[in-house]
Amino acid sequence: MPAWAVPYVLLIPGMLVIAGLLLYPMVQMAIISFQDISLRVIRGVAEPKWVGFGNYQRVLDNEIFWSALRNTVVFALVTVTLTLVLGTAVGVLLHRLSKRMSAFVIIGIMSAWAVPPVAQGTIWRWLFDAEAGVVNWALNLLPDWLSSLVFGRSDWSGQPWLNDAWSVYVVLVLTVLWASFPFVAVSVLAGLKGIPAELYEAARVDGATPWRTFRTITFPLLKPVFAVLTILSIIWDFKVLSQLYVLLNGPTNREAFNLSLYSYAEAFKAPPKMGTGAAIAIVLTIILLVVTAFYTRQMVKQEDLA
Amino acid sequence: MNPLARKRLTRAALNTAGVLVFLFAVFPVYWMISTSFKANDQIFTTDFIPFPTHFTLDHVERVLTEGVAGNPIWVYMRNSAIVALGTVLVGSAFALLAATAVARFRFKGRTAFLITLLVVQMIPCEALVIPLFLNVKRLGLYDNLLGLIVIQVGITLPFGVWMLRTFVAAVPRSLEEAAWIDGASRFTTFRKVLFPLVAPGLVATSIFSFITAWNDLIFALVLMKESSGYTMPVALQYFFGQRGTDWGAIMATSTLMTLPVIAFFLLVQRRMVSGLVAGAVKG
Repeated sequence: MPAWAVPYVLLIPGMLVIAGLLLYPMVQMAIISFQDISLRVIRGVAEPKWVGFGNYQRVLDNEIFWSALRNTVVFALVTVTLTLVLGTAVGVLLHRLSKRMSAFVIIGIMSAWAVPPVAQGTIWRWLFDAEAGVVNWALNLLPDWLSSLVFGRSDWSGQPWLNDAWSVYVVLVLTVLWASFPFVAVSVLAGLKGIPAELYEAARVDGATPWRTFRTITFPLLKPVFAVLTILSIIWDFKVLSQLYVLLNGPTNREAFNLSLYSYAEAFKAPPKMGTGAAIAIVLTIILLVVTAFYTRQMVKQEDLA
Repeated sequence: MNPLARKRLTRAALNTAGVLVFLFAVFPVYWMISTSFKANDQIFTTDFIPFPTHFTLDHVERVLTEGVAGNPIWVYMRNSAIVALGTVLVGSAFALLAATAVARFRFKGRTAFLITLLVVQMIPCEALVIPLFLNVKRLGLYDNLLGLIVIQVGITLPFGVWMLRTFVAAVPRSLEEAAWIDGASRFTTFRKVLFPLVAPGLVATSIFSFITAWNDLIFALVLMKESSGYTMPVALQYFFGQRGTDWGAIMATSTLMTLPVIAFFLLVQRRMVSGLVAGAVKG
């Protein structure tokens, strides 16, 4: 084999997989979004029918789409922000703890991070159970005046958290935040370890406050880390599916759909409407690509792909 | 306040914060595990019962023998393990080859390939469910674990290559050159020099792929029809539909699904982070 051919040969299986299982289906999905796929097409006994922008029209006219879009965007915005803030705070905390204490906390947060998404949903559904959930029990422990002041109520017995869309998302934010801040924390810690201690020493000598130290030393030096963490969090939080699926008990409460679940429900719940499902998925993909395009460019530049 | 007292106070505050973070992270996991060992009278109560004082193995036994959807849980465990291991075996081999190509060679199209890898990871794989479902049906792999393996290989590969290439790049080239000078063939060099040195990275990448495949709900939900082919996530969500209030059994199932992943995570924790943010953290 000539030397120039070696890398290409090594790439063949990987290229085939990426082309066949990711790029080609992507194109297919764009095509399907302009088609009507009946059950007979799925069985392979009929050809799909072209409907132009019909699917998009139908999706945009449906108010479920707009509530799903709102749910997706607001959820991602809130969760990404909270995850980054909490994760960074915990990362900085881990850096200041003693070695043993830090190892102890890391083991704890790793176990939250490791829980599979379906189990995450299951656990938090149980914690927020109306009758026997721990959260309602804990809220009932609050002194009545405080509970009334903050939440406008004091009795939480039997509070059904998973009935209406708004409170489902409160639970979902907590679930995803709980499972994803550890990754941010551990990454920030890894970044902090790379910053020379002399810088902090100098800041301390100059009498800088902790906040100023963070703003002028930690943040600028860890900017690349934050860029990666932000982009990954955005990608993950925009398409949360398993947790929501479990919290909602399947695609039932349409008002609480996000775009992923809406697409899934359209395409796979009887009667299957693959075309509209694909149109929704395309919208989601475009949003994600636009939101992440900027960061992707930054990453390509930084990496200089060496 | 004198400096020593102040220092002690700071230390105490930091440690308290650490303990609080630990509790926030661990409590839900602990609660899942402890619920699966509690007798029903301690589960269905509005009181807070921190430890299963009426300890029971009933729920675990019930899910392992009776199970759900007509099969004991170990059937689903086996299916999940088949899919995850299959994904790892095929995926890691492909990922290693591709990672070697991009980390060791300069060739035309290399940058394009790397950018493709990056962009492909932005595509929400949930969005690909529809075309992949239709393709799998057409290929006759519907309701077949093999179809799931193929799809999981596709989903885990881009990240696998991305992560593994940093491990390959970290192996000094001079080692391979030394082997060539000693007359080793390209393949021998790969097997005897490069492979052992990237093995730890390969393990980390494999575990990552394993977990992704193990955790998947949506593809298994769409592609497996008969309950005997369900994977753990599908079986777990099926519980809610069928026995939505049997929390002891649900938590036992959830625990059985979670513990292997936690074990893996603790095993490769450091490498995973370094791989994920590799390139971003420059010394």
